[in-house]
Amino acid sequence: MNKILLILQREYLIRVKKKSFIVMTFLGPLLMAALMIVPIVLASIEDVGKKNIAVLDESGLFAGKFESGDNLLFEYVQDDLETAKTFVLDGVFDGLLYVPETQLSLPSNAEFFSVKQASASARSYVRNVMKAELENQKLLASGIDPEIIKSVRTTVNIVTIKLDQDGTESRSYTEVQLGLGMVSAIIIYFFIFMFGSQVMRGVIEEKTNRIVEVIVSSVKPFQLMMGKITGIALVGLTQFVLWVVLTFSIYGVFTLLFGSVGDAAVPGQIQTMMNQTEAVSPQIDDMGVAQIFEVIHSINFGLILSSFAFFFLAGYLLYASFFAAIGAAVDNEADTQQFMLPVSLPLILGIILSSFIANNPDGPLAFWLSVFPLTSPIVMMLRLPFGVPVWELLLSMVVLIAGFILTTWMAAKIYRTGILMYGKKPSYAELWKWIRYQ
Amino acid sequence: MDTYLNITEVTKRYANHLAIEKVSVQVPRQGIFGLLGPNGAGKTTLIRIINQIIGADEGAVYLVRSQSGSERLGPEHTRYIGYLPEERGLYKKMKVGEQAMYLAQLKGLDRFTAKKRLQQWFEKFEIGNWWNRKVEELSKGMQQKVQFVVTVVHEPELLIFDEPFSGFDPINVNLLRSEILRLRDQGATILLSTHNMASVEELCDHIALINQSRKILDGSVEAIKREYRTHTFELKLSSLHTDIQNFIPSQFEILHQHRNNYGETTLRIKSAVAIETNTLIQRILPHANIIAFNEILPTMNDIFIKKVKEGSVDDKHRDSALLSNIASSI
Repeated sequence: MNKILLILQREYLIRVKKKSFIVMTFLGPLLMAALMIVPIVLASIEDVGKKNIAVLDESGLFAGKFESGDNLLFEYVQDDLETAKTFVLDGVFDGLLYVPETQLSLPSNAEFFSVKQASASARSYVRNVMKAELENQKLLASGIDPEIIKSVRTTVNIVTIKLDQDGTESRSYTEVQLGLGMVSAIIIYFFIFMFGSQVMRGVIEEKTNRIVEVIVSSVKPFQLMMGKITGIALVGLTQFVLWVVLTFSIYGVFTLLFGSVGDAAVPGQIQTMMNQTEAVSPQIDDMGVAQIFEVIHSINFGLILSSFAFFFLAGYLLYASFFAAIGAAVDNEADTQQFMLPVSLPLILGIILSSFIANNPDGPLAFWLSVFPLTSPIVMMLRLPFGVPVWELLLSMVVLIAGFILTTWMAAKIYRTGILMYGKKPSYAELWKWIRYQ
Repeated sequence: MDTYLNITEVTKRYANHLAIEKVSVQVPRQGIFGLLGPNGAGKTTLIRIINQIIGADEGAVYLVRSQSGSERLGPEHTRYIGYLPEERGLYKKMKVGEQAMYLAQLKGLDRFTAKKRLQQWFEKFEIGNWWNRKVEELSKGMQQKVQFVVTVVHEPELLIFDEPFSGFDPINVNLLRSEILRLRDQGATILLSTHNMASVEELCDHIALINQSRKILDGSVEAIKREYRTHTFELKLSSLHTDIQNFIPSQFEILHQHRNNYGETTLRIKSAVAIETNTLIQRILPHANIIAFNEILPTMNDIFIKKVKEGSVDDKHRDSALLSNIASSI
């Protein structure tokens, strides 16, 4: 036991002390924090400039239809196109919207001139206004009162409410659950591959260095394998915890420093965007800011986080023993491809089927894949935010632990034989012999 | 004989061949024991079984650590064994000192003792300045020194060296040889596997020869040489009065004859049967003046080649017998 600790300590320390680990540890949170911060910064930058836009409407259809808002100020001009363009060049206006006159049909094209690229929100506002007005015109031409259409247009909202056995009702938010499931599944997938291949490379290194024979004369091959696997698991956990802590502290420091910008800009921006798009998609405000909190409260974070920790660790342990066996079977990394494919297939399958599973999280496919130990770490995390019966979760965990014990036992046999074998890459038949041996 | 390591009837089978078959070897305490054999004979398998890297299918290995009795080899014994494998290496990216500490602790030393002893050894081998350098910065010879140090740092009772001299320059070979002899004098039992017959002659007290999975010869180097003596003598004679054939007994074959400018003749003769040396000398004395008389004992190299060739001849006989059996059964 003491020797496993020594091995674990070495495996952990050499990796944590590596430059690449330190760089990754700080770069990861910076990237993640940037993902959270940059949209806010961009939004506040865009918010600064109010845009004056000249409207040259030769068709005369949109007189008074473009209403000035917080960010966009519209002014109708009557000059010819060339003169109007000089206003933009001279900086009198930020942009020029030109609707040419048409003879036979209603106009469906407009041109927007500006020195800088027109913002997406401005463009979509203009498009929506024009679209609504043209539709009105067409309806009038067909003899239909637009008011009738307005009164007929219906928005259907379906609020999904989950009924639990004990009678409590909770609203469920599929999008958030899907997102949460996907994110945790992808993180598990990513970590298993990243740290699993570290195990594999570590084994190959010991084999090609020929230090392995010295070590296994002091410790059992199984101790060496388990020390390596658990040491690297701790590296993974360290990195994960550091990422979470650093990401939130960077984000926290940022919002503290630029708190006013962040608070003011975001709701304001969302509000204007919503106002501008309301005409076409009224259901968007279903997910109001207030409701986001309700969604967050509806999720059992304790369960998700503890399950995440379990499935991450158990899934890693299961796959890491496979990776260790592959590393022991070959002499160099180039030879691993042949064995990597069948091992990584179940994980990739879990990711490929993720949207299918999320559509039907209680279906038979989702159930079986979340019990099968090679796919359960990913598929169970996908299902979990939607709510999974306790017995299914426990079954999945027990099967995963059993699977981990079985694969470690098998991998240890391959490992024990493989680390002392050099030369020809073994076939699957030979690997099977190694497993059955003794 | 005071045995330290007792290997009894050990057999190891791999999927499609027999690595060693019923090998029994007694390694005497506090001596240097040569484990010899051609490539692929099964030496490495036997060494790995002693190191508990692999298990034996049949038979057992015992350590006689004290007078109280022998103990069957188990995991608790790894700290009493030091092993320098033929294919050896170190973690390239790790610092020398850190790595030596790690390997010493794996052998059961505590941090304090490991550090103290390692520093002494590093001083002795003049690699103390390299403690904080990465292994990949070291020359091959220095890496070998580090490897030797981590093999012996836990002061094992049994040391197993597999081709220890390969890759060393002559100066370091000497250093290593004197260290091995010193370790033996301090009480260690040493198992030396090598193809270098000169070092066997020089270092080993006892040997075992393994060929084609079986032990075909063992015993003390002296006894084996006597057993395989070819009754070959080298003589240096002067004042020859008559032709050599006239006085050398007829059972002798003259292998070599040379007369130098000073009238001295060097002779090498070989008898087909055993002969008393005194009888031979008495036959020569009336006819010549004996300057030197010397029995030529076979070298370990000769014995090695003779035994291994015999084995392969046996094998051919067996194979042809087997073939004829098969042929007749068809």
